[in-house]
Amino acid sequence: MNASALVAQLTEVVLAILLAPLLSGWVNQCRAWMQNRRGPGLLQPYRVLAKLFEKEVVLAHNASSLFRASPYLIFGCLVLAAAIVPTVGTDLPLNPAADAIALVGLLAVARFFIALAGMDVGTAFGSLGARREMMVGFLAEPALLMVLFTASLISHSTSLSTIVETLAHREFVIYPSMAFAGVAFTMVSLAENARIPVDNPATHLELTMIHEAMVLEYSGRHLAMIEWAASLKLFVYSCIGLALFLPFGVAQGGDWLGLLLALPALAAKLAAGGAALAAIEMVSAKMRIFRAPEFLGTAFMLAVLALLVHVLLER
Amino acid sequence: MGFPLGGWLSAVDAVLAAACAWLVLGAVAVAAPASLRLARALYPAGALVGLALAATALASLAGAETTRVLMLGLPGLPFHARLDALSAFFLLLLASVAAGVSVYTRGSLRHGAETAPGVQCLCYHVFLASMALVLVADDAYFFMVAWETMALASFFLVTSDHRHAEIRRAGYLYLLIAHLGAISILLCFGALQAGTGDYRFDAMRALQQPAGWGSVAFALALAGFGAKAGLVPLHIWLPEAHPAAPSPVSALMSAVMLKTAVYGLMRVTLDLIGFPLWWWGVVALVVGLASALFGVIFAATQSDMKRLLAYSSIENIGLIVAGFGLALLFRGFGMGSLAALALTAALYHCLNHAFFKGLLFLATGSVLHATSERSLGRLGGLIHRMPWVAWCALIGSAAIAGLPPLNGFVSEWLLLQAFLFTPGLPQGYVNMIVPVAGAAVALAAALSGYVMVKFFGVVFLGQPRDARASEAHDAGPWERGALVWLAAGCVVLGLAPTLVLALLEPVTQRFTGYALAGLGSGWLFLAPIDAERASYSPLLFFAVAVLLVGAAWLAVRAFYHGRVRRAPPWDCGFPWLTARMQDSAEGFGQPVKVVFRPVFRIDGEAPSPGDARPRYRESAEDRLWYWLYLPIARAVERVTSLVTVLQRGRISVYLMYSFATLLVLLFFIR
Repeated sequence: MNASALVAQLTEVVLAILLAPLLSGWVNQCRAWMQNRRGPGLLQPYRVLAKLFEKEVVLAHNASSLFRASPYLIFGCLVLAAAIVPTVGTDLPLNPAADAIALVGLLAVARFFIALAGMDVGTAFGSLGARREMMVGFLAEPALLMVLFTASLISHSTSLSTIVETLAHREFVIYPSMAFAGVAFTMVSLAENARIPVDNPATHLELTMIHEAMVLEYSGRHLAMIEWAASLKLFVYSCIGLALFLPFGVAQGGDWLGLLLALPALAAKLAAGGAALAAIEMVSAKMRIFRAPEFLGTAFMLAVLALLVHVLLER
Repeated sequence: MGFPLGGWLSAVDAVLAAACAWLVLGAVAVAAPASLRLARALYPAGALVGLALAATALASLAGAETTRVLMLGLPGLPFHARLDALSAFFLLLLASVAAGVSVYTRGSLRHGAETAPGVQCLCYHVFLASMALVLVADDAYFFMVAWETMALASFFLVTSDHRHAEIRRAGYLYLLIAHLGAISILLCFGALQAGTGDYRFDAMRALQQPAGWGSVAFALALAGFGAKAGLVPLHIWLPEAHPAAPSPVSALMSAVMLKTAVYGLMRVTLDLIGFPLWWWGVVALVVGLASALFGVIFAATQSDMKRLLAYSSIENIGLIVAGFGLALLFRGFGMGSLAALALTAALYHCLNHAFFKGLLFLATGSVLHATSERSLGRLGGLIHRMPWVAWCALIGSAAIAGLPPLNGFVSEWLLLQAFLFTPGLPQGYVNMIVPVAGAAVALAAALSGYVMVKFFGVVFLGQPRDARASEAHDAGPWERGALVWLAAGCVVLGLAPTLVLALLEPVTQRFTGYALAGLGSGWLFLAPIDAERASYSPLLFFAVAVLLVGAAWLAVRAFYHGRVRRAPPWDCGFPWLTARMQDSAEGFGQPVKVVFRPVFRIDGEAPSPGDARPRYRESAEDRLWYWLYLPIARAVERVTSLVTVLQRGRISVYLMYSFATLLVLLFFIR
């Protein structure tokens, strides 16, 4: 471990915390533009956070300490997840501590606690949201794992840094398995981040909402932490996607210039990814909730297929 | 590290002495069967014996094998006992969990139980002793005696509330399946002795079995031990017996007794037969994964706490057997280091499952005692009334769900690594099976998260669904102690995997010839193959996570006001909220029921919209009952009804049968 690695690690954490709301704002703004609306501006998520932090917390009478602790826990988990994924440099001090499987585990911890928090007050919507979130989760989590496994098999390692290094520094070959994995990953990240067509972050339509239903009882700073964590989640998923499918421009260990150049590369890639997400949301319609298992089952099958394609064709 | 008392008491003697001490405790209890005070004194003593046994096992894990021939048994076939690394590992598991369960039982003893406390105490300690003896038995005769004692002791424990018809029925089913399994195991030993008539395990090890007989022995062992472990399709007794049994007994059965079956399977396959063929591994892998998926899907739809946990046990045993199958597969192809990895994952998961499932069964015991309610649909909100039980159960639930940094995650991580780093196997089809099997493991792990959110959320969170749940009280000090002991086990096993791997090293060395290659990469990092391929450091991971969560909390504290106002729940502005509007257990299981519909046999009625007296009923049952068990039961019934023709009820007729039999026998033997 050297100084540049430490700098890369800290940059990554700080960037993730500070820029995650900007990414959400960018996606919303792009969507507004595509719909011929003016949109609230890029900084709207920050304004929302500031407003929520100022407000007092209205807590249900029977909310337990688990309910109050969960927002911080979820936020911490997602920051850690952002720290694990190599976005600006590959030689990260945290890299040997957590690999791709641990990353999926970390996202599962966040989901576990947000679902429990949703059930804590004991409202109809809370448990409904928790149930739906876990339904999305039990199909999306193995699919994500299979996508990461395909990349791990290509690079013979589950360490995320090694994966990114291998994928970034090979001669340009199109792996058919990664094409399958890419489609599967896109579907999973739409579902996991509560985007259209699985969920709609913009409405509180009770028959179809998932994520919003779980967090209905939250207010004030707790809700702010949850919202921030949600945008961190989008950021983390975007970074996983970039790391696996567009791993170019990421700095190697010990390379100060590379580290500087990695920042604009990351910004450009995230902007493009956000615009693509907005476009996907624009052209698709929200599904009925019981179509979601089919959607995610397809993603899971595609991911397994990616693995099989790799085993059969690419060895 | 050797056994410290080596001079005058070898390690195997110490184990036998501990088993004897348990038997003596049981015998003392019968002196005054009705005395609650005596039983209260004996259980902590049993826990101390457990701790001593755990220390013995720990000390002798890396030590040399020790043997002992006992002055008991048949003439010419005395009992042989032997303690090697595999036995020592499972003894460690047995003793450390049993210590916690004994302490818990001390706390949960109450007046008014149906079976006298002394008798219960006898059965309990005989059960513990027989499990210890199963693990050190070194000849087929001793093994079967201990095995059957274990089955009978647990049968009497399961049926301790024998006045209820359904409990008697559950006990009967358990006994039936246990004996089908025992017959299969007996036949397996018959195949292993290969006509020599020598039933010592040493003799079986020395024999070179032909591949055909080896396969027969493996199939019989898989069926026999699978019946005890709850592998599909012989799992049916588990969800019946666990709810029937008192909670500490369920905890012991699920946490420890199922592992003795895993031990038996490993002992027979890896040690006695000695040369696993690769396709045995495929069979074990497929059966294990089928059990894992089956178990977790059914667990998600249960509405009885203990049934839910019983199905979850089927899932975990399935994962263990899948890991074991993978080890056999690698071993069969001569890939020793990967076999060591898969075997390590399976054994690690045994230990983890013992701790978290023991913990959760004990937690349900406290809930059951506080509310007299097993049905999830009448519980809720217990985190307020029973904080100790709730927080310990949260640790157990998170561990089963495979969340880092707890112990369930470590063994799943190891198992997935074993699946992932399969280099090209010589068989093309097997090459394809392995990644698909890895996907099945991932699906089962994700579903167990669903199950545990349901379990913990419905029981401990939300509003009480019933008056009794709102008047519950927390567990007593003994029960708390036991829960904290097991929860601490889950945390320690999760945070210090390198220590556990070092403990497991003699076992893998003995049975695969390899230790894990990455053991030397330091105490902080778990890197089973090498650090380049995969590494994980739970301590570092946990420290950074705590740091980040703490920093977030402190920062919000420092920069913003701490104003909190308590108010009624908002629920989107709906004012007439009642506790019954929360998700019931059935409601929470609904998505799984819909997604995996073909697995269930669903039967029910739903009211039409204008129905004045709406009735709603739905049941999701196990199809295997109808596909497998009912046809067998009907066939048996038909055969027995044919036999009843012989029964005339007149003694002269029966005498004539005897006479005729005698004549026929004379004709053949003469």
